[in-house]
Amino acid sequence: MSAENDPAQRVAIGISFGNSYSSIAFTTGDGKAEVIANEDGDRQIPSILSYVSGEELHGGQAKSQLLRNSKNTVAYFRDFLGQEFKSIDPSPCHQSAHPVDHESSIAFKIQDTEEDKENTVTVSEVTTRHLKRLRNSASDYLGKSVNAAVITVPTNFAEAQKTALNKAAKEAGIEVLQFINEPVAAVLAYDARPDAKLADKILVVADLGGTRSDIAVVASRGGIYTFLATIHDYEVSGFVLDQVLIDHFAKEFLKKHKSAGDPRENDRSLAKLKLECEAVKKALSIGTSANFSVESLAGGVDFTSTVNRSRYDLLANKHFTAFARLVTHAVEKAQLDPLDISEIILAGGNSHTPKAASALAYAFPESTTVLAPSTSPTAINPSELSVRGAAIQASLIQEFELEDIEQSTHPMVTVTPHLSHAVGVLCISADESSGIFNPIIDAETPLPVRRTAIIATPREGGDVLIKLAEGLRHIKITKPEPKAKTEKEPSSDDDSDEDSEEEEERREKTWKVGTVLSEAALKGIKKGGKVEVQINISADLAVNAIFREVGGKGGVRGILQGGKTTQNGSA
Amino acid sequence: MTSVQINLPLPVLPQGWAGEKDFKSVGQLSQANDRNIEPVGPHFLAHARRKRHKRTFSEDDRIQAQANVKKVEDDDAGEISEPEDPLMLQREAKDWKGQDHYAVLGISRYRWKATEDQIKRAHRKKVLKHHPDKKAAAGGTEDDQFFKCIQKATEVLSDPVKRRQFDSVDEAADVEPPSKKEAQKGNFYKLWGKVFEAEGRFSKKQPVPKLGNEKSSKPEVENFYNFWYDFDSWRTFEYLDEDVPDDNENRDQKRHVERKNQNARRKKKTEDTARLRKLVDDCLGTDERIKLFRQQEHAQKNKRRFEKEAEQKRLAEEATKAKEEQAKLTAEKEAAEKAEKAEGKKAKEAAKNAAKKNKRVVRAAVKEANYFHSGGDAPAAQIDSALNDVDLIITKIDNEELAALTSKLNGKKGAGDITAIFKDEAKRLVGAGKLKEGETKSLA
Repeated sequence: MSAENDPAQRVAIGISFGNSYSSIAFTTGDGKAEVIANEDGDRQIPSILSYVSGEELHGGQAKSQLLRNSKNTVAYFRDFLGQEFKSIDPSPCHQSAHPVDHESSIAFKIQDTEEDKENTVTVSEVTTRHLKRLRNSASDYLGKSVNAAVITVPTNFAEAQKTALNKAAKEAGIEVLQFINEPVAAVLAYDARPDAKLADKILVVADLGGTRSDIAVVASRGGIYTFLATIHDYEVSGFVLDQVLIDHFAKEFLKKHKSAGDPRENDRSLAKLKLECEAVKKALSIGTSANFSVESLAGGVDFTSTVNRSRYDLLANKHFTAFARLVTHAVEKAQLDPLDISEIILAGGNSHTPKAASALAYAFPESTTVLAPSTSPTAINPSELSVRGAAIQASLIQEFELEDIEQSTHPMVTVTPHLSHAVGVLCISADESSGIFNPIIDAETPLPVRRTAIIATPREGGDVLIKLAEGLRHIKITKPEPKAKTEKEPSSDDDSDEDSEEEEERREKTWKVGTVLSEAALKGIKKGGKVEVQINISADLAVNAIFREVGGKGGVRGILQGGKTTQNGSA
Repeated sequence: MTSVQINLPLPVLPQGWAGEKDFKSVGQLSQANDRNIEPVGPHFLAHARRKRHKRTFSEDDRIQAQANVKKVEDDDAGEISEPEDPLMLQREAKDWKGQDHYAVLGISRYRWKATEDQIKRAHRKKVLKHHPDKKAAAGGTEDDQFFKCIQKATEVLSDPVKRRQFDSVDEAADVEPPSKKEAQKGNFYKLWGKVFEAEGRFSKKQPVPKLGNEKSSKPEVENFYNFWYDFDSWRTFEYLDEDVPDDNENRDQKRHVERKNQNARRKKKTEDTARLRKLVDDCLGTDERIKLFRQQEHAQKNKRRFEKEAEQKRLAEEATKAKEEQAKLTAEKEAAEKAEKAEGKKAKEAAKNAAKKNKRVVRAAVKEANYFHSGGDAPAAQIDSALNDVDLIITKIDNEELAALTSKLNGKKGAGDITAIFKDEAKRLVGAGKLKEGETKSLA
């Protein structure tokens, strides 16, 4: 055991354990995360286990068993972990082994041995087996026995669920170094790219998964991330998108073969339809049209059809706009404006769909970048975002003692005061009404913080006044013409009036000057010289500012202590 | 974090602005919101480091920078930075047996711990420096002796068999066992630990157990000494063999030398085993833990003995106590019996007296009842039979019944009443089977 807990002996990977799919990744020597393919060559490994006369099938092989052997196939079990039977939604398991109540936890009744009898397998046991398979795949790939991992979880994963997952992982021989939230893992995956620039920004991570969608508004300040709001939704998901296609093809089928009966009314036909529809959905993310072909769909009739992307977009438009609405709700919940959002990161398997990205791009102003494969060529594969983040985090912390990690993730360290307003300088004019506020440190920046700004001076140099102030973000709305009332775009009926009105108005992000903090004078600036301002704000809101000319000597230093000034002097 | 660039110019200092040392504070920051930051990413780690060690930004920057610099040095330093002994550079290649191969390659700080990779890299570095072509180009002599030394050293160290032979006799890697005085100064574990670590390199069994420290458990310590008393060494002494002369010169001479070598090897091996044995003995002799364990064992044994004795004592005490109790009980019982006996006598006497008195009363009652004769003076015969009957009754009934009868008779004056009482009594006795029907004629 000691060898396993010894940080030097650790081989750590990142695991993204989802309801529908899981993935594993490791970090190469040069700090790049690489997603590991399992024995079948899958990078997205279905979180499904199936038992055929005592043999355990996993991943894609198990998924195909949903057709023939659905009773002994366990799927969509992640969210059941650590829950009680009364609090779960078993509907995704309709076509696989059904969950049952078992000693205040959840279990599945499956034939997992060669004997012809049903065994009760608890959800934590299923998870252990699943993680064991993932671990084996990673060990085979790396040629080293993997014994530790960082695992991503949704932001609403309760402590009991984490404990249950930790236990299941331990039994699978994996020491869980840390649980990290999926949205942050996605942000980290983007920020860890070598060409990524560290900027203060607010981003939205929109995860459109198989059984649920999760939206998180994250403030990224100097590489430190803070959640501002999260929303979870179980209505908008990959399932409903599949359902759209299922209904479409079922209708097509009925049109041609009336006598064969509705394939949706037969369990096996439905399972076939569902599997094929998922494949069609994936194909439509890549190509503009996709073939649908199932042998003996219903009543022994083979069925082949095609669907093009615009058709699918039209059919599923309702759900994509609902998804975009969900994102705007999350932004509202964080008490922000769409203009505040500089990036939207699309995550989850269904984010490959171009329409998902375009629906979001439509709902947000142009200043917001949507990071999805269809909108940005540099985007990372959305299915791999969280596992990449987990792998990067794993490589960062694998050398630490577990105790160290625990201490660092303790609320003592993580709970931090955040600036409620931006802090910046007034330019052009010192007058509060006519001066233009330029933020140096944005709102929601965790304290303590240190930032430097280089500011231009009047062309002729001379003496300047540096006025530090708090800034209030203000959305300026200008209505260009009164006839803006008429709806220009024939948007779909789901689009609310509010949305279209927003399109008409010109909305701008401006700053209003709040409380003035301090004034400082720098004298005798050279012609064309620049001024460097360094602001240190400590956790108790004390401000320590240093003003100096770039390349010059000396300078002015001022301290505002905890809100009260007591001391100032020359630096 | 790169600095923010602001391209708008700063305002010109207004006329008459004045502040103490050019700084004037005006307001204060608004209250901050407490939020949870996500414990993820390199920048969070930096934040956690600062917060946990209570460092400021600049302090943390400085400490991290120092740590990074040190790391680079360690990586780079290693095998190349060892200074070369000028005497070593003068060595002749033919004396290769006497040279310290590790020192030649500049990895004497690693010695037997050096990995194959380290040896290879060290060799390459040395070759680059000492290659004869380079020396010639620098205008030096054609002296390639040291280069040959390097080649020889690499030849020995990169062949596992030859390297073991050399390591076996590599005295520079040995650690002198500490003297008793040194070990007593409190660094017993440190000093001896190094000795055993060095000796452990000869073990066929790996890993070698560690000496441990004062907190090691008894099985650990026992395992350690057992290991060293059963030490299985691969150490050989072929390296110190005398050179065997070429076979075509003299076969006898060759065989003689070979035999001599064999004997020398065996002798050295025995000596080495004895040396190691003594070493372990010395260490064991001064190991405080062994003493402690012995004391503990002793204490354990004593404790058991004390417990046994205490148990026996307690049992004996209990036995005597029980005996005393028994005696006390018997005495009490006897006294009680005696008292009871006396009481019984008295009661009997009293009962007798009472009975006498009762009898008298009964007889008197008969008289009162006119000897059960109805009307007039009773005839003698009647008196006689009545008295006889009453006496019969008295003899048949016991004292209590007599007392009851007496109480009934007491206070009764009427002859009829008394007669009725007697009749009742007679009937009762008949009923009880003590008296035969018609035996008391006078009461019939």
